[in-house]
Amino acid sequence: MAAILEQAEVATDLRPAIAGRNPWLLAGRRLWHNRIAMAALVLFLLIVAVSLLAPLYASHIAHTNPFVNNLNGTTVVHGKRVPLMVQGGGLLRLGETPIGPTWDVHHYFLGADALGRDVAARLLYGGRTSLVIGIGSAAICCLFATVTALIAGFFGGVTDSLLSRLMDVIWAFPVFLFAITVATELQTLPHGLSLGPLHIVASSLWLPTLIIAFIYVPYVYRPVRGQVLTVVHREYVEASISQGASNLRLLFSDILPNVITVVIVLLPLIIATTILTEAALSFLGVGVQPPNASWGTIISDGSSLLYTRPWVSIAPGIMIVLTVLALNVLGDGIRDALDPRAKLRVGG
Amino acid sequence: MLTFIVRRLLWAVLVMFVITAFVFVLFFKTPGIDPARAIAGRNPSPQILAEIRHQFGLDKPFPVQYGLMMKDIFITRDLVSYSNQGQKVVPEIFAAAPATLSLVFGAAVIWVVMSIGLGIAAALLRGTLVDPLLMILALIGISMPVFWAGEVANLITQSRFHDTFLFSWVPPLGYTSFTQSPVGWFKGLIIPWITLSILYIGLYARVLRANIIETESEDYVRTARAKGLTERRVLLRHTLRGSMITYVSLFGLDFGALVAGGVLLTEVVFAIHGIGFLTYQSLTNLDLPTIMATVVYGAFFIVLANMIVDIAYAWLDPRVRPA
Repeated sequence: MAAILEQAEVATDLRPAIAGRNPWLLAGRRLWHNRIAMAALVLFLLIVAVSLLAPLYASHIAHTNPFVNNLNGTTVVHGKRVPLMVQGGGLLRLGETPIGPTWDVHHYFLGADALGRDVAARLLYGGRTSLVIGIGSAAICCLFATVTALIAGFFGGVTDSLLSRLMDVIWAFPVFLFAITVATELQTLPHGLSLGPLHIVASSLWLPTLIIAFIYVPYVYRPVRGQVLTVVHREYVEASISQGASNLRLLFSDILPNVITVVIVLLPLIIATTILTEAALSFLGVGVQPPNASWGTIISDGSSLLYTRPWVSIAPGIMIVLTVLALNVLGDGIRDALDPRAKLRVGG
Repeated sequence: MLTFIVRRLLWAVLVMFVITAFVFVLFFKTPGIDPARAIAGRNPSPQILAEIRHQFGLDKPFPVQYGLMMKDIFITRDLVSYSNQGQKVVPEIFAAAPATLSLVFGAAVIWVVMSIGLGIAAALLRGTLVDPLLMILALIGISMPVFWAGEVANLITQSRFHDTFLFSWVPPLGYTSFTQSPVGWFKGLIIPWITLSILYIGLYARVLRANIIETESEDYVRTARAKGLTERRVLLRHTLRGSMITYVSLFGLDFGALVAGGVLLTEVVFAIHGIGFLTYQSLTNLDLPTIMATVVYGAFFIVLANMIVDIAYAWLDPRVRPA
């Protein structure tokens, strides 16, 4: 008996001190070692960087203004100056067809659209808009959903019932139909929308951003509220209450840090979804309005040229697929990193 | 169980009311919007506007207007379109429904068969190269905007490769009804079916694979294996059955959302004149009665799907039933 005790004591003494490791650091390290997820992150950052450089490309490399019609313009192909709009091209030999891809970054790399504008430059500017709306609306959505979920889960009772029923209604709404309906409605307002001191003109990017943010709120609200409910009666919260912590302190320093992982896991997936939704709305003409361009509007512009100049529509689609794919892969990686016990692993 | 169903029914009615009331307020009470102006066209005189307001009942108190429109949709079914004068809206919806149902139903068959096959294959071949490969393909499918995939499909089958033996059978865009020509119906829908199902094949294959792997570690699966059942029997009768609960409820919701008008983009790209196309047209004309009717129709299917899924869930898994 004594020997065992002695041994135990020796063992405790010999045991190396366990350094308290920050769980965020651990998760970060796991993500860092996930090569596929890191590749996705690099791809995404690359797309963001290239889109941010759109004005530089337009003014210094392509020397064009992609927001001005250029029907009588010319460009250089193989050292020869050619008009942008070719008379009688296409299958039916009717009307004018814009020039196709030249694969020369200085001169209409991806060709021109029906108004003689440089598609490659528009693609980069469009990327800026699509990313701003996608990331912006996802951020607004997650912020709003998290705050609502915290309030609902923490206060419970009538507050919870009311908020949750409201979310159920939004959830039951045909979201896509809803977004199109609201967008159409608001864009027909001649002088924009006035909500008290707030004034939004009909062509503002805020309109699609807010609509898209709104429709995905329940998708974030539900899981976050669930997590708040499991955390709210934990011992450390009770300990804080016993020390006289205020509600705000409980919410933001005890509960929030323990539910935020749910939001972080969802964020890339929500951005992927909002980018797809923006593209769809813009494709239907109720999302981004001219003079702004987005990947969705460029695909829509290219629809009329689909059989003659398919690259106008194909290129922005490829950008969307790459961006959304990168975000989905990254989302999987972040989930695996933050919750290593998760049994649900996709993609090996 | 009965009280549960009754409560779900009441809730469904409430949701329908909120949705229709919201859309109604949106189109009649947003500051700066005047439906009479939308009906009258450009630069109407004040007399004409007043006449239109009276004719369409827009001068009545607001709840009365809402009540009248609901009565015209549900009871007398003679709601008249604003932009196509004289066109009745409810029959128009019923005429458009078969195209939408054909599209969604066919796509659903493809995506269920394909996703179950791919999901099982990926789960069984875990540890080999096939699994990550299939899952990357599934992710690409999820990341593709359906309208873009549709345009690319059109480019290939209608233009670039239409004259080759591969796609010479593809008819021009549009919808042929089944009663008119079953073969034409099938030929015209096969490309839209495939396009629409790509996203869902990816989504469902991923969900099923993850659920199979999760169910594999359940005690009852280990028990089945310990009893000496064949691997095939364990997979089909035990693992797959336990994995299908999430799958079935997801399927119900997605199917409902698609029938409700979620196929709008696919219908627009392939010029299939179904409910989604009708909604799109009425939105571009700001034709309020048609929008209202399509929203009611859409909300009905979504609420119905939600209800069926909840009840099915309660039936499959007694733990979620309220006491």
